Amino acid sequence: MSLELKNIYKIFKSENTETIAVKDFSLKIEKGQLVTFLGPSGCGKTTTLRMIAGFETPTNGKILLEGKDITNDPPNKRDISMMFQSYALFPHMTIKENIEFGLKLKKLPKNIIEEKVRKIIELTGLEGMENRRPDQISGGQQQRVALARSLVMEPKVLLFDEPLSNLDAKLRESMRIEIRRIQKELNITGVYVTHDQIEAMSISDIIVVMNKGEIMQVGTPLEIYSKPQNKFVADFIGKVNFIEGKIIDKNEGTYTIFNEKLSKEFYGIGNINFEKDENVLLVIRPESLNYDEKENYISGIIEKTVFLGSHVEYEVRLKNGKLISGVLYNPIENHIPDKGESIKLYFSKKASWIIKNNI
Amino acid sequence: MEIANKEFSNKIKKMFKNPSLIILLILIFVSLFIFIIFPLYKVFIISFTNSENKLSLDVYKNVLANDYMKQGFKNSILIATLTAIIGTFIGFLYAYTINRANIPFKKFFRTIAIIPMVFPPFIGAMSIIMLFGFNGLLTAKIFGIRTFPVYGLWGLMIAQVITFFPVAFITLDGVISTISPTLEDAAFNLKASRWQVFTKIILPLSVPGIASTMLVLFIESLADFGNPLILAGSRFPILSVQAYLQITGMFDLKSGAALAVWLLLPSLIAFIIQKYWIGKKKYITVTGKPNTSQLKSVNKFAKWFLFVLVLIISLFILLIYATIFWGAFTKLWGMNNEFTLENFKYVFDVGKEAIKDTLTIALTSTPISSILGMIIAFLIVRKTFPGKKTLEFVSLLNFAVPGTVVGIGYILAFNSKPLLLTGTFAILVLNFIFRYIPVGIQSGISLLNQIDPAIEEAAYTLGANDREVFSRITLPLIIPAFFSALVYSFVRAMTAISAAIFLVSADWNLMTVQILSQTDSGRLSEACAFSVILIMLILIFVFVLKIFLKNKISLINNNYASE
Repeated sequence: MSLELKNIYKIFKSENTETIAVKDFSLKIEKGQLVTFLGPSGCGKTTTLRMIAGFETPTNGKILLEGKDITNDPPNKRDISMMFQSYALFPHMTIKENIEFGLKLKKLPKNIIEEKVRKIIELTGLEGMENRRPDQISGGQQQRVALARSLVMEPKVLLFDEPLSNLDAKLRESMRIEIRRIQKELNITGVYVTHDQIEAMSISDIIVVMNKGEIMQVGTPLEIYSKPQNKFVADFIGKVNFIEGKIIDKNEGTYTIFNEKLSKEFYGIGNINFEKDENVLLVIRPESLNYDEKENYISGIIEKTVFLGSHVEYEVRLKNGKLISGVLYNPIENHIPDKGESIKLYFSKKASWIIKNNI
Repeated sequence: MEIANKEFSNKIKKMFKNPSLIILLILIFVSLFIFIIFPLYKVFIISFTNSENKLSLDVYKNVLANDYMKQGFKNSILIATLTAIIGTFIGFLYAYTINRANIPFKKFFRTIAIIPMVFPPFIGAMSIIMLFGFNGLLTAKIFGIRTFPVYGLWGLMIAQVITFFPVAFITLDGVISTISPTLEDAAFNLKASRWQVFTKIILPLSVPGIASTMLVLFIESLADFGNPLILAGSRFPILSVQAYLQITGMFDLKSGAALAVWLLLPSLIAFIIQKYWIGKKKYITVTGKPNTSQLKSVNKFAKWFLFVLVLIISLFILLIYATIFWGAFTKLWGMNNEFTLENFKYVFDVGKEAIKDTLTIALTSTPISSILGMIIAFLIVRKTFPGKKTLEFVSLLNFAVPGTVVGIGYILAFNSKPLLLTGTFAILVLNFIFRYIPVGIQSGISLLNQIDPAIEEAAYTLGANDREVFSRITLPLIIPAFFSALVYSFVRAMTAISAAIFLVSADWNLMTVQILSQTDSGRLSEACAFSVILIMLILIFVFVLKIFLKNKISLINNNYASE
């Protein structure tokens, strides 16, 4: 076990209000894993990260690094490095001075420092920049310096505080791949904070979805997307349609759900034991809807279509007045529905994921 | 929900893993207590004890029974109020014109506005006597008037307005220059007239700055010692001078202390209003957006009218300070205006020791004061610890405490063992260190607030402790604040008079005290020569420092502030 958080609470107090920033947060992170905290702003992800770094003190709970309690260790006594949103490069030092800063504080022999710095500069592709200052290199390069500066310390855990949010979309994508490559190559344990679900999907081994200081779900990116545990997670990750209903039957893991307003039955699966008559929600992703006949279908009238090249996005008004959105790929070969057209769309029971209808 | 709150104990545990921080905090708290709070406490205590060393109001009863002393209080408040109002008005006019009227020679006007700052605070008074006094150049020589009322209310007020002009200008310049011109553009776009833009946009946005300037001028004027000593005269008693005379002339420490308390209270009230009430009402209209605009806030007529006013103000300031240089090279001011270098020879003969002492004391106290200021700013902005608010208040308190009060406090507090310091080098150095620390702290705080804390946090995660973070990261980043603290505290140490006059001795004397005593005995030309040497020393120091730090400053000027 590399890093463990045990029942962490963080309560911010001001004159007469108390804000619970993090509530009963427990998590175990294996060595070499990259774990992402994902959630809307103010969900407590950054606060949790800063508690791991040592900049905030938990109100209650424990943080263990390789089994050792580090809850009360100051930041500089923890074997943890951090990459900051603003890069936080030292503006008065050259790139090389930035990278070797931590090693010099450790008072390592000069030749060892030189060797480590050379290697990390090579790994991050910063050759030739050594003597420049942070304001003389591009944003992407500054990002690499920040990464190199944390990596060269060979920390037990590397923290990433939304490190890519200041880069443009293209650069962000390539840096994402780069960070993931280096993290795998050096087998470093990482904790990554972001509010960007695509970033979280593409970079993580494990995603921790957070809301209002609480963990909503922990899982691999595929689990989070295909098997959300509650409405918040389903809604926060990707586009989603919800259909309300009541459990009326259960047969070998397949549930039958009845929606009164549509007076229709649907078949779906879930990983919670639902009771008969329990109110539930069907979670259906837009791309699961298409023309091929399957267990379930809905019909309605096309309200709007938006042609986007590789795919078409459209909205269907159901009989109960609700809108359902869908995505249709391969528009060259598939029929593109028109506004006002009546349409029948199919989806499989595998693509109708059942969750409780409570939050 | 019941969650055991372990945060406090956790924080304490965390602190103890960095014991150097705790030791530093204790040292700072103890020294602030001894050198700022304790002397004030002594002033209070002695003013409330009677001749049998018992708690009583006898001293105050005596002081109140004395009409002369009551008059001193009234006069001090009157002149402080007038200086505050008139000084702020002129400062606003000057700052507004430079910022908004698009006049030529802005740089020249800005430079002129700073001049009074590098001179000893009583030069204004000296010069007014030389220009308007009984033998004054303008009054007697040019207009033939010998009865111009330079002594008393008007002379003193003019001297103070000029002496504290830089304070008013710098504050109001800061206020007006940060009002985004796009606001005026927007108002014009909404069909407001120029006058409406001025009265409905500029003026309301400047109100907190104006109020704050007035209060600061009020405090400065009350605390002023040199100008009243020269100009107030016996018919127009002023509190700070009376307190000094009670102690040095009558050896009546108790009445002196009581007058000091009277002096302190209005200053403290003004300080508290300024810091905690107005300080929170500042509008910030600066954004990251482009702020340039084709200025058209002022029409042609108003522009040249304002230009002439600003020109008159700056020429007057120039005249006041040029007079000192002229005076330094004349045989006997007002009588024999022949060119001579005799005065300088006299000064070097008589004042060599004072020059050496002044420089030694200033060069010792300045770096200590500035570094300590930066450390305290760092602690206040970046650290959490119990007593932080108290630390901030106490370290800024000396803004509000008149020098006279501090001087009296020091002679009362440090005249017995184990802190027997009176008459020593140490008492002057300590006084200067703690008196001029607030400016360093303030500029350190405001610069630190612009620096992304992540830069320092990054250093911590790379294994740096507090000391290493401060010396390798924070200090290099706030070099501009450190530089301005160095310049400010050096200038103030070189030109200080009000507290220092109580603390000088035969062994350790200061140039300012010498200048004042030369003025007192009518040797104006000699006093001028002394002042010219003082100014030259200050300019040399600033010049050397500038060259020395040039590389570092230009490096820091690159924009690294947080977004």
